Amino acid sequence: MNDASHGSLTANCAGAGWQDELYDLLRRHGVTLFAYVPDAGHQILIDRSLADPDVRSIPLTTEEEGVALIAGADLGGARAVLLMQSSGVGNCINMLSLIKGGRFPFLTLVSMRGDFGEGNPWQFPMGQATQPVLEVMGVICLRIERPDEVVPTTAAALTMAFKSGQAVAVLLGQKLIGAKPF
Amino acid sequence: MSASKISPAKAIAPDVLERGDAVPALIGRHEDFLIIAGLGGTACDVGAFTGDAAHVYSLGGAMGAACMMGLGLALARPDRHVLVVTGDGELLMNLGALATIAVMNPPNLAILCVDNGHYGETGWQKSHTSLGVDLEKIAAGAGITRTCTVARPDDIAAGARLLREGNGSAFVLLRVKPTEPPAFKRNFDASFLRDRFRAALAAP
Repeated sequence: MNDASHGSLTANCAGAGWQDELYDLLRRHGVTLFAYVPDAGHQILIDRSLADPDVRSIPLTTEEEGVALIAGADLGGARAVLLMQSSGVGNCINMLSLIKGGRFPFLTLVSMRGDFGEGNPWQFPMGQATQPVLEVMGVICLRIERPDEVVPTTAAALTMAFKSGQAVAVLLGQKLIGAKPF
Repeated sequence: MSASKISPAKAIAPDVLERGDAVPALIGRHEDFLIIAGLGGTACDVGAFTGDAAHVYSLGGAMGAACMMGLGLALARPDRHVLVVTGDGELLMNLGALATIAVMNPPNLAILCVDNGHYGETGWQKSHTSLGVDLEKIAAGAGITRTCTVARPDDIAAGARLLREGNGSAFVLLRVKPTEPPAFKRNFDASFLRDRFRAALAAP
């Protein structure tokens, strides 16, 4: 991948095997519930989960539903992940009280907008606020910018969430997933 | 006021059921369920009825979480019946959850909404359900196929059956008088409640 490819999200996704490696990694770590708000950056993960008979994929109407779903899944001993875009982080803020107060393990993969090379000005307010907002609510942020960081960083996040009981967000930067020109 | 948006033609019969009687009557043997209780009155309803049982997780904040916590728990434990007991105000904060639950439709999930038409904890302001909103119709419109409203003593037997039986998620709207919930000293330690719930579930 080179800098010239940043203008095309689909070109990056098509050429990148990291999404498949990421899905396989989540499955190896026992994640069985995939809650998502549809997003191009997570398309391969969503499609893989929908095609996998051993997991449940949960489409959400708003991202905060996924925060509560993760807590409920943990009560029952299951591992869930929330797939969302950075704009959705703003919809989760008060619901993260549940994660922090209850000390629930929490893992979310956030595809960034309003970031490197963004072409839609509406995406900047929440995109630029994503990491600070998560951090003040007690969520540790690990940012990924290169394909070779995806598996090791997400593996670290899985350990931090499900072994140490932390709340962790993996931020998939637009340098990784490609900036949208719109 | 002549062109009020809220139709006066729909005469709502005064509510007659007491929550302190109707909630236990509908739930029956509470040990048959894993229970998520909403914040406010329903946490007291369930806490008093179950004697602060470990198989209950009650919210003290994060308003709007109850139904989705129930969905997560139901998907994690398809071998157990999961019951969400929440209020009209808590449910109104996250109506989209009804759509998500309808889409997933786990047969082991039931929602009991204790609708007193008011925000009892904040000064008894009227909620939208006192102003014409029908949460059973919203649940049915979201796609939950098994719904009913319990408003009279004669309705309770059918409501209790709906909470326990069937091949899809259930929604029971319980209309009650706007009276105080049973007295119950709640534990607001969300982390303690998590550990206690998980330990109880893991026990043989």
